[in-house]
Amino acid sequence: MIENLIEVTYIIATALFILSLKWLSSPTTARRGVWAGELGMALAICGTLLYRGIVDFKLVAIGLVLGAIIGVPLGKVAMTAVPQRTALSHAFGALCVTLVGTSEFYLRAPDIPPLMMAVLSMEVILGSLTFTGSLMAAGKLQEILPQRPITYRGQNLVNLGMLALAIGVAVALVMHPDQVKLFPALIFIPLVFGVMLIVPIGGADMPTVISLLNSYAGLSAAAMGFVLNSKLLIIAGALDGSSGFILSVIMSKAMNRSFTNVLFGGFGQIQSAAAGEQEAIPVKSATAEEAASILSAASRVAIVPGYGMAVAQAQHKVRELYDALSKRGVDVRFGIHPVAGRMPGHMNVLLAEADIPYDRLLEMDVINGDFPQTDVALIIGANDVTNPAARTDSGSPIYGMPILNVDQARTVMVIKRSMAAGFAGIDNPLYYLDKTLMLFGDAKSFVGSIVRELGGAGMS
Amino acid sequence: MKLDLLTSLYVFMLAAFIGFEVIRRVSPLLHTPLMSLTNALDAIAVVGAIILAGEHKNNLAAILGTIAIVAATSNIVGGFIITDRMLRMFKASGPKKP
Repeated sequence: MIENLIEVTYIIATALFILSLKWLSSPTTARRGVWAGELGMALAICGTLLYRGIVDFKLVAIGLVLGAIIGVPLGKVAMTAVPQRTALSHAFGALCVTLVGTSEFYLRAPDIPPLMMAVLSMEVILGSLTFTGSLMAAGKLQEILPQRPITYRGQNLVNLGMLALAIGVAVALVMHPDQVKLFPALIFIPLVFGVMLIVPIGGADMPTVISLLNSYAGLSAAAMGFVLNSKLLIIAGALDGSSGFILSVIMSKAMNRSFTNVLFGGFGQIQSAAAGEQEAIPVKSATAEEAASILSAASRVAIVPGYGMAVAQAQHKVRELYDALSKRGVDVRFGIHPVAGRMPGHMNVLLAEADIPYDRLLEMDVINGDFPQTDVALIIGANDVTNPAARTDSGSPIYGMPILNVDQARTVMVIKRSMAAGFAGIDNPLYYLDKTLMLFGDAKSFVGSIVRELGGAGMS
Repeated sequence: MKLDLLTSLYVFMLAAFIGFEVIRRVSPLLHTPLMSLTNALDAIAVVGAIILAGEHKNNLAAILGTIAIVAATSNIVGGFIITDRMLRMFKASGPKKP
């Protein structure tokens, strides 16, 4: 009887989870999606607590309370810290799955049927590599670890070898589940592999890597569902896994790279060649005053933000600029590249936090057609995603990557600290165009000066 | 046992298809909240951890289970809080002159 009741809560929870994601499709219904998710989660947990086999409620209570105590501050981090928080939560999810998988192994060994052992191995391998991989990603995003990719000769060979070794151990355990001593290797090797996998990944590849880790976390949870024979867990894991997978595909398409290229490519090696032949080509620069007068004379302005805006925490100044220009009747919109920032959708969250209405935030495909009718394209802290070499120079490492066609606007303004190359180490021909004005300075203070100039001109 | 695994595979496959169809429709505007929400939902793994810790079959399972509950619960609580915070920030232009 109680077993049936528990199943009913799980079925309702499953339906609520699917609805939750469905409602997330639009900003107008999205919050309802969170409520549905919360309700489903509460139901499933309450249902589980009814389970007769539970004798030690004290431990469960301690776990739930401690988790809540840790969870609340993790839910209240600053919006700029969301990428590392997300990576950290992938690590926590993977930790949970790995620990449960480990316990299940030791509870059931040595009588584990081959298929069960295979799924259990998958759960533990995916879980532990996601755990350390996500911790590494979080460390890089928090800048505790160096953000530059670290590469060495034979790196891919070492990584693939380790993965093969882990799979070898799994196969051995499937055939001889009584070899309990082998099991620690099944955790340890993927733990090291997770670290090695993220070592060569640079900051700009983080959106893809976070999505991929998200997908692994989901798949490991689904594998746990297979082991525990829990349909609810399989479904939640499959939803999370496919979500991460879709995002990874979107991200790698937006960089014109394959998964394997992101994971095994290591991007940073090209810059030496580009830097060698580079002559000092003159660029045109402008002051905040000049920029303000051009902007106020424009009727359509497109702002293109990038990771530099997030680093400079310039989003609130950008909002002031948006207000000042809108008040003068200038049509201001934002062009968001899918990989701008450090995780999918990063720029949208920062701009929404600064109170910029979401209908002003346009996807790349939507805004690209409008650049020829745009008076000014203002680029704040973005580089490679605006590089026209991606369209024209077949020798460029980013050739073929979809970019924001800012060079088709009548005037291009670029706020940039210096002429240093972007993440990919590639020079940007955009900066040498006749129509391009370089605005050298810190994004936050430069946008602030433009806003002041606009305010001053308005009063006179 | 074999039969169960087969049923599980069917469930997994159907759920993956539903996931693809539902998530493909999520606007790129909301990709960050999407990731934090799926992360919170994924922490439903807590039910497995609760059973493991609650059954207390041996000390190893109980301890690992409890740590697993902590990890998953922090994802549930943190994930829902931050997703809701983000979604509250997304506002439309409203009655503003064109």
